[in-house]
Amino acid sequence: MAIDTRVAPKIKHHDEEYKVIGTRPIRHDGLEKVTGEARYGSDINLPGQLHGKVLRSPHAHARILSIDASRAQALDGVSAVITSADLPDPGDKLTTGGEAPGLPVKFKSANMLARGKVHYHGHAVAAVAATNQHIAAEALKLIDVEYEVLEPVLEVWDAMKPDAPVIIEDLYTAKADGTTAEEPSNVAAEMLYEVGDVDAGFAEADLVVDREFTFGVVHQGYIETHNATANWLKDGHLHVWCSSQGAFTIRQELADLLNHPITKIHVVPMEIGGGFGGKTTAYLEPLAALLSQQTGHPVKMAMDRADVLKATGPTPGGYVRVKMGVTNDGTITAGYANLAFDAGGYPGSVVGAGCRCVFAPYNMTNAKVEGFDVVVNKPKTHAYRAPGATHAEFASETVVDEICRTLDIDPVEFRLKNSAKEGDWQLAMPPYPRIGHIECMEAARDSAQWQTPLETAPGKKRGRGIASGFWFNIGFTSSVIAKLNSDGSVTLLEGSTDIGGTRTSVAMQFAETLGIAIEDVDPIVADTDSVGQTDVTGGSRVTFATGLAAHNAANDMKDQIAEGLADLWDVAADSITHADGTFSANGNSATVREAAGLLEEEGVFPIGKNTVTPTREGGAFAVHIADVEVDEETGKVEVLRYTAVQDAGVAIYPPYVEGQMQGGVVQGVGWALNEEYVYDDDGHLLNASLLDYRMPTALDVPNIETIIVEVPNPGHPYGVRGVGEVPIVPPPAAVANAIHDATGLRMSHLPMSPPRVQAALAAQA
Amino acid sequence: MRAIQYAAPSTVEDAVAILAEHGSDARMLAGGTDLIVQVREDARDTGVFVDAKKIPELMELSVNADGSTTLGAAVPCHQLYNDAHFTATYPAVTDAARIIGSTGIQGRASVGGNLCNSGPAGDTIPPLIVHSAVCNIAGPDGERTVAVEDFCTAPGRNVLADGELLVSLTLPKPPAGSGSHYLRFIPRNEMDIAVVGAGAWLQLDGETITAARTGLGAVAPTPLFVQAAGDALVGMTADEDAFAVAADIARDAASPIDDMRGTIAHRKQLSYVLTQRALRGAKARAQGGSPTNGH
Repeated sequence: MAIDTRVAPKIKHHDEEYKVIGTRPIRHDGLEKVTGEARYGSDINLPGQLHGKVLRSPHAHARILSIDASRAQALDGVSAVITSADLPDPGDKLTTGGEAPGLPVKFKSANMLARGKVHYHGHAVAAVAATNQHIAAEALKLIDVEYEVLEPVLEVWDAMKPDAPVIIEDLYTAKADGTTAEEPSNVAAEMLYEVGDVDAGFAEADLVVDREFTFGVVHQGYIETHNATANWLKDGHLHVWCSSQGAFTIRQELADLLNHPITKIHVVPMEIGGGFGGKTTAYLEPLAALLSQQTGHPVKMAMDRADVLKATGPTPGGYVRVKMGVTNDGTITAGYANLAFDAGGYPGSVVGAGCRCVFAPYNMTNAKVEGFDVVVNKPKTHAYRAPGATHAEFASETVVDEICRTLDIDPVEFRLKNSAKEGDWQLAMPPYPRIGHIECMEAARDSAQWQTPLETAPGKKRGRGIASGFWFNIGFTSSVIAKLNSDGSVTLLEGSTDIGGTRTSVAMQFAETLGIAIEDVDPIVADTDSVGQTDVTGGSRVTFATGLAAHNAANDMKDQIAEGLADLWDVAADSITHADGTFSANGNSATVREAAGLLEEEGVFPIGKNTVTPTREGGAFAVHIADVEVDEETGKVEVLRYTAVQDAGVAIYPPYVEGQMQGGVVQGVGWALNEEYVYDDDGHLLNASLLDYRMPTALDVPNIETIIVEVPNPGHPYGVRGVGEVPIVPPPAAVANAIHDATGLRMSHLPMSPPRVQAALAAQA
Repeated sequence: MRAIQYAAPSTVEDAVAILAEHGSDARMLAGGTDLIVQVREDARDTGVFVDAKKIPELMELSVNADGSTTLGAAVPCHQLYNDAHFTATYPAVTDAARIIGSTGIQGRASVGGNLCNSGPAGDTIPPLIVHSAVCNIAGPDGERTVAVEDFCTAPGRNVLADGELLVSLTLPKPPAGSGSHYLRFIPRNEMDIAVVGAGAWLQLDGETITAARTGLGAVAPTPLFVQAAGDALVGMTADEDAFAVAADIARDAASPIDDMRGTIAHRKQLSYVLTQRALRGAKARAQGGSPTNGH
């Protein structure tokens, strides 16, 4: 098999030329990963280590009447059994850190170990530590839990009914106007965003399309399951090794949940086998820590696949309504959207993010968006790659396609005409800075796929769809510490878990700024004791924010080198210039390597450092084109060809950008066609395995053509925009619009699985 | 913690003795691709694993004097599709052997194991049914034979009594002018369990059907021999009208359930569509060609 060495097209909207940025060097973690030497959480084994396991609820909604662990504790080899009684009472404390700070710690605590009630099938009820996994598993069977089973509430539209069973008895809706509801309900929060006059906008419209959409729950599907090993020393120092998207976030959560001083908690990030937003919060870490504290031994825990699917944080199912008004010439006059997402067993869904994205690709002068965060008896939902945006934009991009069909307007021309651009209104944010939606749409229009008519095949229903996507990205805090070694190489410590190849993309920005080769930078993802505060790897923020910290740290190092050389050369530091990695002043010059040697002799070892909290992350747009074939007899949809176009700002390491684009498409196609949680009426999850939770395999996706567009982000010295999330946003809508093109069907539920498509085809006939 | 025993008898007699001694606590282990997974997931409590692979009769793949084939119960899938004679003679069985699990799984998994697992969706069972396979069973009271369509009795259950094991399958030599095909519907393109599977075998005299058998998987508590569909085809011209008649009968014969893998309505529809497609494929093979649709 030939290796495909084609370099994918890149369309630049800037004139910058870089030495390191935009090249394709060998990735720093490549060798360790292909040889299996990279260390993951499961590779941690400590002397005297015990093994922990979690007892999970067999019910979706039940009151815990009693827990009797005496039989388990009596089993030979069992060292400790813990329940929520062993977790400190968090009182009214609020969470900090993570992707969604400001939620009551009591909810997070109760999600670790159920307090009084279980809120979903698989909810952790107790945990044991034993000398091996088999004894731990046996011990779980000996814990006697008495439940009073309660009626479960599984869907947002049921949970929002006035007579629905209330899952959290003291949950009072935080209303959009800042007031709090007087009666408890399952609605944790309401949101309302408005611009212009939406009623007047709809009155101006010649055509109004108003549609409802529903969604199954989907999981991120990372291959490495959650794991954690904790060692609680007698002096109170707690060491934790785990697979997470943010060691500092886990440290903060441990401090919050265990009421333990943050200085005594040391979290070591291991290599991570996928996260996609699902590893932004703790599950096993606090349990392993408590079990270690109680037993005086290190405790190692790992989930199996069923645990991961049942009891971590999938992304919500729910409901989205989108109504848009247009004039006959194809100008959008108004938009209304209503989003209700399931938070799962505790408040805090990603509905607010969905609200921000639902109309984001368009210049909206009259818009109203309402959001509802709704508690249901399913696992506490979490972020999944552009969380909330995929649901929201599946709805709005399907409605846009319907508008184009009805008015017989080309979908590319319609989007170009109505596209959001610099200075336009952005929901809950300042007006847009420079953005690249128009440039992406033009690149899609000019792409090989769009320019090639869809090949027809006798007896086959084929169609093409196009859709836009937006994700806002986030900034948060990042730190870098860079040490200049005497040979001119640099050891770069950063705190961002490397999920998408970021240690290389961060190091490349450092190398570019300092003017050295990428091979001379050795990036290391450091633990919480060894680098400054660094927030979670999420929001497509690392190449943007940690990259900025690296750039700033390189400038700091440059200043320190100049100061050192100034003493040697007897010139003022500010008279020394730096260009292409060479320092010069007054007839003297030295490369970084030479300078390192000169400074070593003086006992000077520069350490560049920076901690930064940037806020101008810039939004990311993508435009995708899907060609599909629908088997009319079975309802199966095959994706034949796919092109993904995306504004990367400036692509630091193009192969990673292309990889993110392709990976997002694969996950988006899985979501579009097959992935969903299947529950019975009692709220039991029926498909907690990768056999029956059907993610796409290599045979289910075509080669995904990528086109990188570079419209630099003005909020970053190298123009970086986050790239990791937006590529999951357009696929469901692009596929749905292609299904419509092929069959005339408008699918209104994700996934558009074969039985649903077949039923819709039967209803159409 | 459960202690387990592993036995590796080298004769059918010894295997029967071990199975008889341990009753339902013992289980034959061929490739282990179902059994080991089920035990690990607590779906089956087995204390004695009796390895099938040291017993020559269970590893045999041979053509008998009368042209029939003996397929040992533990012969792995890959051996079948790498055997030119077997593939040419029983193509529906190799259609199934090629799509069970992954290439790695096919190196271990056996047709006999698939049958003894007795899942309603077992891919090799409809092909064995359409090829009129017979199960050769050994037990404490001697040997007996059972038609393959009578082997499974309920999901995960079959006619084997305590102490009995499936030694081999006998597949009669198909007459000249016949062909077979098996295909299944899965939402993905690999690594999945059949939502519905359908097998068909046809014998043609020119364009006229002289004998036919069809079978369905995953639409009833056991894989189904849809005898009425095959009977209806006899004497008909092998064309779309005939296949539609048989497909209608297959749809009526299906009594599927709603579960996480499919709905009743979808499975009914698929019973029709896949029977039709399997018949087309069988016809193509009977005429020396190959199927053009389906996986």
